[in-house]
Amino acid sequence: MTRRLRPRLPVRRPARRRAAATDRMPRNRLSVRDLLAEALAGVLQRPGRSVLTSLGTVLGVGAFVAVLGLTATASSQIDDRFNALTATEVTVEDVSHEQGSDAAVGFPADADRRVERLNGVRHAGAYWPVDLDPGQQVHSAPVGAARGGSRIQVVAAGSGVLRAARPTLAEGRVYDTWHDRTGQRVAVIGAGVATRLGITTLETQPAVFIGDEAFTVVGIVEDVERRADLLLSVVVPRSTAEEVWGAPRGTAKMLVATDLGAAAQVAAEAPLALDPAHPEWFRAVPPPDPRALRTEVGGDLDQLFLLLAAICLFIGTVGIANTTLVAVLERTGEIGLRRALGARGRHITAQFLTESGALGALGGLVGTSLGILTVVGVALARDWTPVIHPEVAASAPVIGLATGLAAGLYPAWRASRIQPVEALRR
Amino acid sequence: MTAPVIELRQAGLTYPGPPPVQALAPCDLRVERGEFVAVVGPSGAGKSTFLNIVGLLDAPTCGSYLLDGVDTGALKDADRTTLRGRRIGFVFQSFHLLPHRSAVENVTLALIHNGTPRKDRAARARHALEQVGLGHRIDALPTALSGGERQRVAIARALVGEPSLLLCDEPTGNLDSATAHSVLELLEAVHAKGMTVLVITHDPTVAARGRRTLTIQDGALTEAGRRSR
Ligand SMILES: Nc1ncnc2c1ncn2[C@@H]1O[C@H](COP(=O)(O)OP(=O)(O)OP(=O)(O)O)[C@@H](O)[C@H]1O
Ligand SMILES: [Mg+2]
Repeated sequence: MTRRLRPRLPVRRPARRRAAATDRMPRNRLSVRDLLAEALAGVLQRPGRSVLTSLGTVLGVGAFVAVLGLTATASSQIDDRFNALTATEVTVEDVSHEQGSDAAVGFPADADRRVERLNGVRHAGAYWPVDLDPGQQVHSAPVGAARGGSRIQVVAAGSGVLRAARPTLAEGRVYDTWHDRTGQRVAVIGAGVATRLGITTLETQPAVFIGDEAFTVVGIVEDVERRADLLLSVVVPRSTAEEVWGAPRGTAKMLVATDLGAAAQVAAEAPLALDPAHPEWFRAVPPPDPRALRTEVGGDLDQLFLLLAAICLFIGTVGIANTTLVAVLERTGEIGLRRALGARGRHITAQFLTESGALGALGGLVGTSLGILTVVGVALARDWTPVIHPEVAASAPVIGLATGLAAGLYPAWRASRIQPVEALRR
Repeated sequence: MTAPVIELRQAGLTYPGPPPVQALAPCDLRVERGEFVAVVGPSGAGKSTFLNIVGLLDAPTCGSYLLDGVDTGALKDADRTTLRGRRIGFVFQSFHLLPHRSAVENVTLALIHNGTPRKDRAARARHALEQVGLGHRIDALPTALSGGERQRVAIARALVGEPSLLLCDEPTGNLDSATAHSVLELLEAVHAKGMTVLVITHDPTVAARGRRTLTIQDGALTEAGRRSR
């Protein structure tokens, strides 16, 4: 036991000969705490200069944090929107007129059912804005009565459209496939339209008049999650609209709500389902690929800013290197004195490295704070949730420290080379 | 019998040049514990060179130097530095105080580098300042001190590590005669307590106070009464 402990204990024997004692004299050491205290004193003795010196690092690290934080914030924002709705929405356009066929073919009468049969489709419906003659307007009372109406949009829509739009109903219900199939004179209106038409309740079974046709209002929609323009419209069943005003003139579209992850597949299959002979007459627009969007965001501008951040860091490094070198030359006397007082060359190196490292780390900390503030500020201004990855926040001060240490290498080496005799001659 | 504090055996120093300058011709010297030695000589004679060798700031290019019986020629640089930090106190003509540190911090500096435990430092530094009569100005910055007070701080810094040898290179060179007088009194008081003191000076009155006077002329060290080689 004693034998094993022995090497750890400082050997203290009475010095028989001084020379022998000196052989065992432990060399001077500089504890980490003393080193930090000395370096901090060195940094603080010229606070103004230290602040200016670390400015480059502040800017570099701040830009670094801000760019990465803003990117993360923006892309998380995009993610959110995707998860909610966009990722499950496909729009099919009728592009037959672009294909050279003279008349628009339009969606087949059973278009909704054809598409709804596809795997992964929840609701599907064709819709188009109805072209009313100038004389025809939307009123709350029959012709001749007091007319409050102005130009209110009329939309013909399959019942699937109303379901795909995910409406919140203030009153009543949306019409269903039966109304659609049988050409019922019913309408669903937005809450805003209801106010304009003076309709407050459905209990009296109110009607709206479009031109001369009366439509029973079956539902008032408070809000929709898709196709917000429906809120400002009178929506009538598709077959009814075709009966009254005829087929659409090439402006029909189809709204398809899909299961999560099925959108791309549905978009690929929908044109074929609508017209197996001429799938090219329909163009399905799938939601943009979130990954593609994110790379777009993380694209050109970010690269530029990161490059700027790198340049700032580089300038910061050069700045710290320069100031530390000047400080070394200025403090030659101090270096000589410390050497005379028993500081070893490596202690001098460590001191100046620590000083430059401290400058870099301080700059890094301030830069990180500023970067985070920037991200939070921008996020607040845009009503976003600020997102900063912990790795970024944690690594940024370390980057500052590394910059400072790298900058201090050469000056610290120079400092350790200064001979005490030369230094003290000053 | 203890070893002499300073023992030079044919030690000399020639700066390599070109052209080579023999700043100190090979010489022999013994200084015993508790002696007060004055070193005089004209400017450029080699006094500082001699002091640098004795102070382990420079190594002789020939011969050997034993400090407290330790042959310093065999030591690695780190060991020389350690020995210097623990056995030798320096007082310079231009004080060499750190301008942004208070008197007590300047004195503590010597203890940071010579391995004194942290908890003892403040008390020892304060005590050293009291010894040189500056107990009331321990928190003053050097810029707020007179020349004489600055040199006292420097002497406190040199003594705080309890060296076996105090080396002073023209300690009164920057001071007026009255102040110089008080600084010399202080050095004598230190000597009276048993410290070995070696003072370089241009001032004949300083030299007169030394029990021994060494003269350096053109790099040749001689001692009044006896030749060193
Ligand atoms: N690094 C060096 N290289 C070459 N010659 C040197 C060097 N340092 C000093 N010398 C020369 O060595 C000689 C002794 O110099 P030293 O500084 O020891 O003189 P000194 O006696 O202390 O003079 P002073 O009283 O002016 O301080 C001088 O001639 C000087 O020019
Ligand atoms: Mg000199």
